[in-house]
Amino acid sequence: MALIEVKHAIKTYMTGEESFNALDDISLSVEEGEFVAIMGTSGSGKSTCMNMLGTLDKPNSGSYHLDGVDVFSLSPDELSDIRNLKLGFVFQGFNLISRTSALDNVELPMIYKGIPEEERHERARKALKIVGLENREDHMPNQMSGGQQQRVAIARAIVNDAPLILADEPTGNLDTKTSIEVMEFFVNLNNQTGKTIVLVTHEPDIAEYTKRVIRFKDGKIVSDEPKTEWMKTRTRQT
Amino acid sequence: MIDYKSTMKIAINSLKVNKLRSALTSLGIIIGVSAVIIMLAIGQGASKKVQENMESMGSNMLTIRSASVKTSGVSQGLGSRPSLTTKDAIAIGKNIDGVDAVAPVSSESKQVMYGNQNWSTTVYGTTPQYLYIKNYEVESGRAFTLEDVKNSAKVALIGSTVATEVFGDVSPVNKILRIGNVPFKVLGVLKTKGSTGPFDEDDLIFIPITTAQKKLFGVSFPGTVKMIVVKGVDSDSLNDVEKEVEGFLAFRHNIGKNQTNDFEIRNSAEFQEKMKSTVNTFAILLASIASVSLLVGGIGIMNIMLVSVTERTKEIGIRMAIGARASDIRWQFLIESFMLSMIGGLIGVVTGIIGAKSVEFFSTDLSVSISLFSILLSLGFSGLVGIGFGYYPAYKASLLNPIDALRYE
Repeated sequence: MALIEVKHAIKTYMTGEESFNALDDISLSVEEGEFVAIMGTSGSGKSTCMNMLGTLDKPNSGSYHLDGVDVFSLSPDELSDIRNLKLGFVFQGFNLISRTSALDNVELPMIYKGIPEEERHERARKALKIVGLENREDHMPNQMSGGQQQRVAIARAIVNDAPLILADEPTGNLDTKTSIEVMEFFVNLNNQTGKTIVLVTHEPDIAEYTKRVIRFKDGKIVSDEPKTEWMKTRTRQT
Repeated sequence: MIDYKSTMKIAINSLKVNKLRSALTSLGIIIGVSAVIIMLAIGQGASKKVQENMESMGSNMLTIRSASVKTSGVSQGLGSRPSLTTKDAIAIGKNIDGVDAVAPVSSESKQVMYGNQNWSTTVYGTTPQYLYIKNYEVESGRAFTLEDVKNSAKVALIGSTVATEVFGDVSPVNKILRIGNVPFKVLGVLKTKGSTGPFDEDDLIFIPITTAQKKLFGVSFPGTVKMIVVKGVDSDSLNDVEKEVEGFLAFRHNIGKNQTNDFEIRNSAEFQEKMKSTVNTFAILLASIASVSLLVGGIGIMNIMLVSVTERTKEIGIRMAIGARASDIRWQFLIESFMLSMIGGLIGVVTGIIGAKSVEFFSTDLSVSISLFSILLSLGFSGLVGIGFGYYPAYKASLLNPIDALRYE
């Protein structure tokens, strides 16, 4: 079975009198080890889809199986555990906890997992080393550059060894050079550890790093192609 | 599956981040706890002092006085019709169970003289038993004996106030003191009792009752005494003893069923109970006023915790996104407010003890008594305040929707 299996997801928002479908009958499946980009303009439903994949939001109908588990049938506490064990989030705004050191930020998911302190320190240090921040353990978020903060966030996402990384516009607040660094890191992560990565972006340059591109428009999937196919259409469009 | 140690660390960390705010919030609890401790200390000190005074006045005591007489409708006051006699006192001692000691007493105000010094004091004619009942002790010399009473000896025991006022630096023992122009030999001086209330209990002279009746006081009915004091064996049986004495005296005095007694009995236990409950009411009043400030401190904590939850909405969203359960969030904020109040409570205990000690130091009238109970009580109460007032903000935090919380700026 696929790692992500979404079937006929419909999410409807009411705006005043009118209702519109943020997700209009979405079906989607992602195998383990894939590196997927979800593209689309704002309002296309890609963020809603991402929230659903992250178990933070629930559609009005449809089903979602993550790693074989029927997510929508779970209790809030079970959802918390799913997020803790199966998912790693990377956000556009980094979302580190302020006035808390890099090491403590990375340790956070392990606290909720209930890992003893010694092991937590060790694994957090290792994760920070992987993202190349081994000598910034005691730095507070406001003492680090955007790129460094995003790397701390990535370390936090991988520290619990979750099979799925969800990245919502991870390069949106970064300059081109650091964007490339971060994307190369994701590519390595996908190649070397086989982690599944789903990434939301509106920049074609970023989507180029992935292996598969899904395009959203008005709550629907308009195209779902391997990168090579997508590259052809892309050159045509630009 | 809550890691208390880590949650505690997180709580301490966020308290440290807002040092001034945390300190000011704790201040409410500090003041509350100090106030409770100081007020309880003053209340307990007062009740202890009252207890001591009661004991020095004599405990388990019945005071029997002749009843008042109405002359043309005007009440003449207690003892205006002398009906009690020394023989009554002896009979009570012989016939009633549960009586520890009995003493007849007559007293009059007299002028006393030694050399060129003179002093006005109260002279009590009584028996050696009275000293025992009233807890008087002899400082120097000796007390008079039953033999002295039998012989109507002209001997006296003087209180320490009389000793200093009349004798000054001279040792009064074996000196001749003139009481209302009658010479008495001073046998001894009483130990200072300290004053209880408006009476100076050291400004008095004891002489044998027989001497007083025959040689000093003008007694219109020979053998009568002003009052009889009875000491019961213990406080439990005192009420029974009172009833028995009443029946016994009524029988001795030939009081008919429909007649009123020609004496009145006062029970010291009743009076002591009243005093005690008055002091306790006073102590409870003080403590409740103080605990109001503790409550106000609790509201301060709740206020700050609500602000803190709103401020850290985004942090809560992040924590929820990376796997914190609602209960983890609730515990985090609950432990934070609990620590805030406990830190305040501990500091409050220290400042409360210092405060109570300085009350004692600067005030001559108030004595304080700090009990472990009052410390534990106020600490426990401040902990409860922290949990009680921290629960709602913590609960509110745990109810946040992670998506909305993450979007919060």
